[in-house]
Amino acid sequence: MRSFALLLGIGLATASCGNAEAYLAYVSNEKGNTITVIDTAKLEAIKTIKVGQRPRGITLTKDGKHILVCVGDDDTIEIIDANTHEIVGTLPSGPDPELFALAPDGRTLYVANEDNNLVTIIDIERRVPLGEVEVGVEPEGMGLSPDGKLLVNTSETTNMAHFIDTATRKIVGNVLVDPRPRFAQFKADGSEVWVSSEIGGSVSVIDPQKFAVKKKITFEIPGMRKESIQPVGIGITTDGKWAFVALGPANRVAVIDAASYAVQKYLLVGQRVWEMAFTPDEKLLFVTNGVSNDVSVIDVASQKVIKSIAVGELPWGVAISPQ
Amino acid sequence: MTDPFRLLFIAILLLVCEPTRAAEPAEIKIGYLRVPEPKITLSLLQTPADNDGLAGAQMAIDDNNTTGRFLNQRFSLDDTLVGAKDDPAAAALSLADKGAALIIADLPADALLKAADAGRARGLVLFNAGAIDDRLREEDCRVNVIHTAPTRSMLADGLAQYLVWKQWRRWLLVVGSHPADKLYADAIRRAARRFGGRIVQERVFEDTGGARRTDSGVVQVQRQIPVFTQEAPAYDVLVAADESEVFANYLPYRTWDPRPVAGSAGLVPTSWDASHGQWGAYQMQNRFMARFSRRMTAVDMQAWSAARMIGEAASRTRSADAKTLVDFMKGPEFTLAAFKGQRLSLRPWNLQLRQPILLADGRMVVSVSPQEGFLHQVSELDTLGVDQPETKCKLK
Repeated sequence: MRSFALLLGIGLATASCGNAEAYLAYVSNEKGNTITVIDTAKLEAIKTIKVGQRPRGITLTKDGKHILVCVGDDDTIEIIDANTHEIVGTLPSGPDPELFALAPDGRTLYVANEDNNLVTIIDIERRVPLGEVEVGVEPEGMGLSPDGKLLVNTSETTNMAHFIDTATRKIVGNVLVDPRPRFAQFKADGSEVWVSSEIGGSVSVIDPQKFAVKKKITFEIPGMRKESIQPVGIGITTDGKWAFVALGPANRVAVIDAASYAVQKYLLVGQRVWEMAFTPDEKLLFVTNGVSNDVSVIDVASQKVIKSIAVGELPWGVAISPQ
Repeated sequence: MTDPFRLLFIAILLLVCEPTRAAEPAEIKIGYLRVPEPKITLSLLQTPADNDGLAGAQMAIDDNNTTGRFLNQRFSLDDTLVGAKDDPAAAALSLADKGAALIIADLPADALLKAADAGRARGLVLFNAGAIDDRLREEDCRVNVIHTAPTRSMLADGLAQYLVWKQWRRWLLVVGSHPADKLYADAIRRAARRFGGRIVQERVFEDTGGARRTDSGVVQVQRQIPVFTQEAPAYDVLVAADESEVFANYLPYRTWDPRPVAGSAGLVPTSWDASHGQWGAYQMQNRFMARFSRRMTAVDMQAWSAARMIGEAASRTRSADAKTLVDFMKGPEFTLAAFKGQRLSLRPWNLQLRQPILLADGRMVVSVSPQEGFLHQVSELDTLGVDQPETKCKLK
């Protein structure tokens, strides 16, 4: 009994050390038409915000004051006050917005419009569209270089990563990747952009200077048929050492040595794991599990799943407040 | 990026795409063969449009050309009608004369074989987007015919897996009197044996002639169908095999016993449905509706898949050469994304496109097969249809 109490004491101490910083994680629930707010210190859901139809892509403004969420079936992006959780406005996103990227200036938002093969550029302060870029069929994933100069858009049926010069709004490079590219993520130093191919089952590591695939990462899980390994969300630590890739209906997150590109292990999470976000201190990684209606929390240092948190129906995207 | 550098980069890109003539896009001509006869259906909603199938191919040509802009490739479609008196072989050869080496065909089985055999010496490869006959992938398979339409056995297996999963194992099978109906019934019997369904009784619905639409027909039908379906042994679901559109759509809500209907009416196994919106299909449906002002059908999807396979192979190989494209499609690297939640690929032993089967009731997609728990050592998609160990196909 004493040893148990001692262990418990150590456990609690470790837990409180690991979660010293409290942030808020916002999870968009595609079917529930809600956002679940999670306290990242307590690791529990503390509030549910009602939003428009089919919320998917979600991000926070740089000042942390507003949450932006794509509500695709309402053909708009809703702006939510992060303190009051009231919807305070909408953005002219074009039809069926799904994913977007916010520029480092905190003001320019790039939105993928799947229905009309366009990327729409919006000024979120004035809430007006600034322009459009024609891309491939079914634009989806959006990634911005850390300096904001290069935008990567993936088109799901054209199967390319389009590199767009944000100053001229012109395509400067097209890189063919495996079928149905879903998500694009730059390394923090801008040296690489990683693009996941859901149907192709791979991640292409692209050199954004040469517009060339320098490495294709594939996945093998014993006993798992290859059709169910569908990479979607990608998270790369700021030091560029580790990458985490959500594998969809394979119900696992791959942990990859981001220098050697070797897959180190697969973490079992919930069903149809989709997108992910790090806490700002990068101690924790939150991943959304669409079919099992929960979020798995991964301890980044130990590379272990430490908790599942029930959220709304079909959780899709996740964003975590900077403070 | 500075301007001279960007120009240099574009120049390099163009060189990579087309080493000999950088300015001219590589041209990929695709032929399309179809029968002009309209199909008469019991339900007005299911009457095919004049461009059924063709529209799907055109949609894929648009999609391919959007991609082609970035790769300096251009795709075009040459539509040719093959009437009852026309020779399908001559039609295929005339497309070959116009430079189309790849032909999408929505033809009956015999016409398809004639076109394929005539075109073989000219290097023509046909994409069967219409005929669901198993024999085209079995004893009558051809090395120059790729099949994007599912087979009857794939459709029946997709349905059977769901019925068994649902524990509706006792089936009353009602078969039409036309040859195609009997082939569908064969596929349903085979599916019952494979997956543990039990056909408690079979009945034949004779086509005695008569119009499919009359001004007061519903009064008679309401009396006929209950009588036709009475005194059946205990069953869970009525499975109808009526490809000829004679009776199946009369069955739902009119059976003597209150039982669901599946097969040719009620819960229908299909490669596509206008209500399918999962896995990005919503975008496909929107794109199709905006372009053609109608909903996308199974034949549209099958033709779309064929033209997209060509586009996909062209962008992967950076080639416009038909043989290069077809070799790539037959290889292990080829996959097609077609809004069905997983990759599609070709069965190398008979060139059939592996694909999930949707189960739709005309308003919603109820389920998608293969069902959970039906396992396979290669691909769970190969639990649908005739598998490699049982195939009669010898590609030569």
